[in-house]
Amino acid sequence: METFQHDVLIIGGGGAGLRAAIAVARDHPDFSVGVISKVYPMRSHTVSAEGGAAAVISPTDSLDDHAYDTISGSDWLADQDAVEVLVEHAPEELFQLEHWGCPWSREPDGHISVRPFGGMKLERTWYAADKTGFHLLHTLFQTSLKYDAITRYDEWFVTSLIVADDRCQGVTAIEIRTGEIHAIGAKSVVLCTGGAGRVYPFTTNGSIKTGDGMALAYRAGVALKDMEFVQYHPTGLPGTGILITEAARGEGGVMVNREGRRYLQDYDLGHPLDLGDPNHPQKRTMELGPRDRLSQAFIKEREAGRTFEGPDGDYVHLDIRHLGEATIDRKIPMVRELAVRYVGIDPVEEPIPVRTVVHYMMGGIDTDTNAVTSLPGLFAAGECACVSVNGANRLGSNSLTEILVFGARAAVAAVDHAGQVPPPANQLLENSARADEQQLLETLLRPNGGDETVSGIRTTLQETLEEGAGIFRDQTTLERTCSTIAELKARYQKLTLADTSRTFNTDLVAALELGAMLDVGEAIAHSALARTESRGSHQRTDHPERDDERFLFHSLAFRGEGDPTIGYKEVTITRWPPGERVYGRD
Amino acid sequence: MTPEINRPLPRSWWLRKPAYFKFMIREMTSVAVLAYSLLIIWALWAAADAQSFSTFYDFLRSPLSIGLHAVVFGLAFYHTITWIALTPKVMVEWRGDERVDPDLIAWNIWLVFVLVTVIVLVLVLA
Amino acid sequence: MDVTERAVLEVYRYLPDQESEPRLQNYEITYRDDWVVLDALNHIKAEIDPTLSFRWSCRMGVCGSCGMMVNGEPKLTCETFVRDYTTETITIEPLAHFPVVRDLVINMEDFMEKLPTVSPWLIPDEDKPLEEGEYLQTPAQVAQYQQFSMCINCMLCYSACPVYGLDSAFTGPAALALAERYNLDSRDNGSKERANVVTAHEGIWECTYVGECTEVCPKGVDPAGAIQMLKLSSARDWAMSPLSLVMPRGGRS
Repeated sequence: METFQHDVLIIGGGGAGLRAAIAVARDHPDFSVGVISKVYPMRSHTVSAEGGAAAVISPTDSLDDHAYDTISGSDWLADQDAVEVLVEHAPEELFQLEHWGCPWSREPDGHISVRPFGGMKLERTWYAADKTGFHLLHTLFQTSLKYDAITRYDEWFVTSLIVADDRCQGVTAIEIRTGEIHAIGAKSVVLCTGGAGRVYPFTTNGSIKTGDGMALAYRAGVALKDMEFVQYHPTGLPGTGILITEAARGEGGVMVNREGRRYLQDYDLGHPLDLGDPNHPQKRTMELGPRDRLSQAFIKEREAGRTFEGPDGDYVHLDIRHLGEATIDRKIPMVRELAVRYVGIDPVEEPIPVRTVVHYMMGGIDTDTNAVTSLPGLFAAGECACVSVNGANRLGSNSLTEILVFGARAAVAAVDHAGQVPPPANQLLENSARADEQQLLETLLRPNGGDETVSGIRTTLQETLEEGAGIFRDQTTLERTCSTIAELKARYQKLTLADTSRTFNTDLVAALELGAMLDVGEAIAHSALARTESRGSHQRTDHPERDDERFLFHSLAFRGEGDPTIGYKEVTITRWPPGERVYGRD
Repeated sequence: MTPEINRPLPRSWWLRKPAYFKFMIREMTSVAVLAYSLLIIWALWAAADAQSFSTFYDFLRSPLSIGLHAVVFGLAFYHTITWIALTPKVMVEWRGDERVDPDLIAWNIWLVFVLVTVIVLVLVLA
Repeated sequence: MDVTERAVLEVYRYLPDQESEPRLQNYEITYRDDWVVLDALNHIKAEIDPTLSFRWSCRMGVCGSCGMMVNGEPKLTCETFVRDYTTETITIEPLAHFPVVRDLVINMEDFMEKLPTVSPWLIPDEDKPLEEGEYLQTPAQVAQYQQFSMCINCMLCYSACPVYGLDSAFTGPAALALAERYNLDSRDNGSKERANVVTAHEGIWECTYVGECTEVCPKGVDPAGAIQMLKLSSARDWAMSPLSLVMPRGGRS
């Protein structure tokens, strides 16, 4: 049995993970750093991000403005010290990416170009056409190839954290190619495993977004924070759920219902300007409001019968025809490609059918502003973590910035911790790997015994979360979802696989991912049930008001023997006392 | 580790796709060009005396020679077509941040080719 | 959508833990008009045969995972519609010119090893501190290399290239196109450093411009064009090398 050791081990090879790896390798070349990913790094879901990354560079902009937009966007649930860290370090991170070769779009004079985005008072979203995540990820991946100190474990799936002496000392993982279990020891482990959109049936997320890292931390006793806050993006393509970037609205695209009305004006998001008006699109107004409000408006329009009916459910129109072919092909070319290919619509000629779609998890592994978790030696950054900078609702283009800022910070904290602890003992690693192998053989890999299938349990999980923990929730449906998930967890214990082979067994990987999804699903449902108020993306029809007195707190979901226990933690307020979220009335 | 399956290309790989077949023909045009150079060398050698040249000239007028010439001309022309199609790949021209249409460049080269051909024909036949 | 059609997928199977030889397995399915081949494969895995292994993730043509041979042509199965095939069966096989690990999963380590050899990172002209902000780069300068930066590493080009199929030592289209992406970036000054690998025999000079890499590329990268441009610039650099003492940056602005 082979074991491996590193000073810092990073789980996840997306934007946050690669940024952390480069930070360790470049600034501490004497440290050995490993990156484990269940897919090759360029497949990480960062690649599909489209619109851009936010950072203050305009002379008329300010860090305080970016902070205020983020905090009010979060419906005051964001920790303001974390937001201050985010906005302060954002510009230097994006300049760093530029220095590493990222092909940011430019003004005619050669400076970085910025565009308007939802919930932001001023243009501050840097972009690389409308494939920002793709360019960001490939820039980071290609830059990481410079550093020999980075050892990669491509297509290895982490099955558990190794915890001993009250600290994290590494991981056990399956080498997917061979099916062998290995232990990798590390003084510091950084989780950068992304979000969990795949727990819902209709999502922009790729197949790999199953919340694996969140479950790892959860099972090791670390709390999952603010899990009830799930972001529905207002503009996904019907049928596939493929994302149509907010940048389409940032460039001036408008949303209309079946009556041809720009319906957002009926939802306290301001008044529409004429499309020819030089001030259109107006910031923080109408289509540039925050995502939670836009998604909620769609549901209301649907209930009122004012949405179009289609074979894949209801939809509205996103109209970008008035932008003209030249602007579309230069600024949002991928929007056109995706619409033509997947719904057969050329947005130069016709409006694009769009509907709400699950997109992002505001919640995640509880960390502080240094990416430190409650388990010594364990750190987390990116979508899998909750610092929290996004609170109850994330503004578009803050996430790509967040993964860079906190990926780099996680590296600093990880290096710091690694310098203070001894390496894990080989015996510990061997025992852990052996125990993991044994467990697998006794559960998922035991000979086929029952009727349960991965896809059967998974589909039911997705359906119950959409039904009970969707955009609008109430106690009855949430309780039903919680009990359904408990049943599914019991059924999961009886799951055996159709495929018990060892070489590249994707049925096994899917089953392990399903285990993580069940943990994430239960945290979402129970946290949502416990929060009897409405805030940001968590809307309770039975408790429609925001209740700062009881709930200006983060929820913490701790794994239990049966149901999770939900605790609460204070929100850090520094300079922005809680106020009303106002859009369209500035 | 379990063994992997290797699927080597068969010798007939170039018969599998029209694109591969056309590629091979294009590469074979070099053989035609080589063969014609040998003919030119023969012509130069034959120019030394009237007897040799007469033999050479008879060959040129034979049906076999006409047939070979037709084939070589066809292949040379195909080579020209593919050559001109390739040229815009390396002659990349820009107007600001827009690329000049590669087809436009190709058509310009064709124009020059036709003009030069006409001029040479006029000179030779006059 | 209620309208469905029938199709038969003939899928390459290789289960090395149980069988020593690969085989083809037929799956009969009904499909919706808007299904891509990947949807059909996922349907098979979820409803018919969970043992079928293949890679995929984003299903929107940007992650590069889902490349496979569909009726003998390399395709991204998330961008390839079932309705466009009228043959009796649709044959799905692993990407050509790579060893098969299992079912539709290939070993792509050769590509992963080649990528770093072309030094695919920015080697700047001059070091600039972050506090001074961005290297200026006009939209025209971005356009110079933008097309070659769009590669998603899906390796359809390697599957289409007969040179790579005959000699896996060939550096290959995607890696060489990436080298050119950096060479053409106005902020970069690394073409000399990349020249060792780029102008080696297994680099650009093994390319005979079959051009199929460009034909199959789903992102319009035109790797064949990149390689021919590298041939021209490398030849020019070589020819002008005695002048390098007089014109140290090769005359580039």
